[in-house]
Amino acid sequence: MALNAQTGKTFDALLSANGDRLVDRWTERVAQTLRGRLTETELRRQILELHSALRAAVGEGTFDLPSEGSAELRALLGELSRERARRGFSPSETAISVFALKDALIEVFDFGDGDAEALRELIAFTQVIDQLGLYTFETYARAREELISGQGEQLLELSTPVVKLWAGVVAVPLVGTLDSARAQVVMEKLLQSLVDTESTYAIIDITGVPAVDTQVAQHILKTVVAARLMGAECVISGIRPQIAQTIVALGIEFGDITTKASLADALVHAMRANGVDIVRRTPREES
Amino acid sequence: MDRVPILKIGDVLLVSIQVDLEDKTAIQLQEDVADRIVASGAHGVIIDITGLDIVDSFVGRMLSSIAAISRVLGADTVVVGMRPAVAITLVELGLSLEGIQTALNVERGMRILAEARQGPRLHRDERGSTAEAAAPR
Repeated sequence: MALNAQTGKTFDALLSANGDRLVDRWTERVAQTLRGRLTETELRRQILELHSALRAAVGEGTFDLPSEGSAELRALLGELSRERARRGFSPSETAISVFALKDALIEVFDFGDGDAEALRELIAFTQVIDQLGLYTFETYARAREELISGQGEQLLELSTPVVKLWAGVVAVPLVGTLDSARAQVVMEKLLQSLVDTESTYAIIDITGVPAVDTQVAQHILKTVVAARLMGAECVISGIRPQIAQTIVALGIEFGDITTKASLADALVHAMRANGVDIVRRTPREES
Repeated sequence: MDRVPILKIGDVLLVSIQVDLEDKTAIQLQEDVADRIVASGAHGVIIDITGLDIVDSFVGRMLSSIAAISRVLGADTVVVGMRPAVAITLVELGLSLEGIQTALNVERGMRILAEARQGPRLHRDERGSTAEAAAPR
């Protein structure tokens, strides 16, 4: 460990004797990077808390960040870095919140006449701060990853709406690339909505799918087969000219699955199959 | 040993499977369905699998053979109420339950059987595509 019983006590003494000055200098140093995203009072409160938690952790002599004695310090650092990650602070702006303590410490540290003992102490103290910094950064990175994966899930939810077009007809407009994860979500949501709305027809509209390769076709075919097992029929619509050419060029077989060029055609097809006809009440205007 | 109850509604037999089937129960069910079709002269069998969480290849084969047995005895079989998760699993396993008609729920299953008994739909018209799509699969 970075600290033995002796240096631990010295560190604690140094932290407590110069408490106010350390906190002032520390706050001042971090405040330069805030750019108005955090008030100085709030920052000062955070740093005061960190300061006292650090004193509690090193006071026992043997400092060990993963240990029980440092639980409060870890919690504070974790909270600080998570909050920084959410508010859009950059990695170095987050790290400086901890490393600024080093600057402050060097100012108050008594080098004596530059003997080896003082140097050893200083190195031990900075090692402790490095550990805190590393921990902060790890939590920061984890918080960012959680944020990103959460957004990915939200995107998945948003991008696959199942809409009811008519009694007994639901449609799912696919927008964007269809990978395995999305195909799975689409399939589950579509099948569930068939049960919920008691629909016998489902229209899968692929107007927004930029490219159809064998894998995408495979996903769509699986969905259609699953819907058939449940007793519903699927119509694939929104096949653009280039996509039709790709499908033929790749030799993809849609078998007896109905495909239509537009969503409108597919809806008319599904409604007719359900026994509904659409009748024009006024003669079509000549154009 | 548990037995799956078979209810008779009009000239349709309703088999509602509520628990996951053991092999013995499934075989017993096949025999019971055959006996009841002959005894009652039913023209249709509806197998409701709403209560099934898992359909494996064994249950799939049992459904297929009940359908085949009924067809020999002159009755149509419709499997109704398959859950989305079950359908997905079957597709992933590559089991497509060949030769079995499916419907979303019992009501639609009854309608399919009634239509099959009436023969071609009365309102089937000259629009070939429509009539073809409307035919129960």
